[in-house]
Amino acid sequence: MYEGAIQDLIDELGRLPGVGPKSAQRIAFHLMQAEPADARRLADAITTVKDTVRFCARCFNVSEAEHCRICQDQRRDGTLLCVVEEARDVQAIERTREFRGRYHVLGGAISPIDGVGPDELHIAELIRRLDDEPVEELILATNPNVEGEATASYLSRLLEHLGVRVTRLASGLPVGGDLDYADEVTLGRAFSGRRELGA
Amino acid sequence: MGTYRDQGIVLRTYKLGETDRIVHLLTQGRGKVRAVAKGVRRPGSRFGGRLEPYSHVDLQLYEGRNLDIVNQAELLAPHAAIRADYATSAAAAVMTELTDAVAQEGERDNALFLLLRAGLQALDAGPGDPAVFVDAFLLRAASVVGFHVFTDACAVCRTPGRHVFLSVKAGGALCADCAPPGTRAVDTRVIDAVATFSRGGEWSALPGLAREAPAARATAASYARAFAEHHLDRRFKAYDAVPRP
Repeated sequence: MYEGAIQDLIDELGRLPGVGPKSAQRIAFHLMQAEPADARRLADAITTVKDTVRFCARCFNVSEAEHCRICQDQRRDGTLLCVVEEARDVQAIERTREFRGRYHVLGGAISPIDGVGPDELHIAELIRRLDDEPVEELILATNPNVEGEATASYLSRLLEHLGVRVTRLASGLPVGGDLDYADEVTLGRAFSGRRELGA
Repeated sequence: MGTYRDQGIVLRTYKLGETDRIVHLLTQGRGKVRAVAKGVRRPGSRFGGRLEPYSHVDLQLYEGRNLDIVNQAELLAPHAAIRADYATSAAAAVMTELTDAVAQEGERDNALFLLLRAGLQALDAGPGDPAVFVDAFLLRAASVVGFHVFTDACAVCRTPGRHVFLSVKAGGALCADCAPPGTRAVDTRVIDAVATFSRGGEWSALPGLAREAPAARATAASYARAFAEHHLDRRFKAYDAVPRP
């Protein structure tokens, strides 16, 4: 155990996800030996994030204004709405440069075993957006795991009477992978979701 | 410590680090096993798709000090239809939540394994009315771990017969002499529904039986939940997520 400020820093760093006591100690000593300007820049970045970053009032993506950059962008296609679990999923899809519509971040996925139900997610806000905005296609881009599938199934059932086309991201083989190593569930989905060449 | 092979059903998973998962399994030979599945959250993982909850898998594991490590996994039954539907997924979550709570590590429980496998197969067979399978599973699982509900005899004095006073604490139907004052009698169809839920046997017949007497079924379902939660001393978080007719 150290005393005073250095132990306080180790304790705080140790509360971060994935940082154990040894790592916390190593980072604390690294910061202590770093240039004062470097340490101050890190401290400023943390306080700025806490002071200025919030969730977009429309899509719940991270934002520094009331509405995020994507919601403000008029060049975005307002008829396409992609539903994701977390704000970091927005970045993953943006990196593909394939999608030019808007997003809606649910803030998690339905997980009955963890007691997370539809009321804990931004589903009511999604329904309001479908009333207010000219959405024609809703793309469910929740994770292809048990929670993501349950959420997609719940939403598709909830939205089937709203007259919006509801689609789900395709599942299949990873690019660069070997067919031989694919698991049966993934390969089965790749088969059921096959498409015509040249289409 | 070495490798061993067993078949198991995935009960639930937890994220571990960047790409790993901790998997809780009910195995046929060793009871509950907690194991690390490395790299399964990567899109190109060799067996990530095989270790999703409710999958029935043939496994090779490496014995660890605290957690075992999954070396290989082959699918015996993916039960993919369960995960594709919200209602069946929620119903399966109740089954695996209960199993995860009562199964013991290192204690073989073949009856519980076969019950869970049968329950998941029933859910996988079709959407229909998944709640009725949950009601049956609660009472059948309670019976497997030692709390069988009495329906053919009084739970206190063991007098045979169709008694109409139901008690959660006493463990089933009570005769008029044993029922505490003020206990309300129920319709005999409620006792019949509780008996059908708790009796081992064909799962496929359950939805039809439940449709015949919806009011009795609803009372029996509430009783099944109260019975399982009282005797297993747990509340099941997933229960309220299961849509009911």
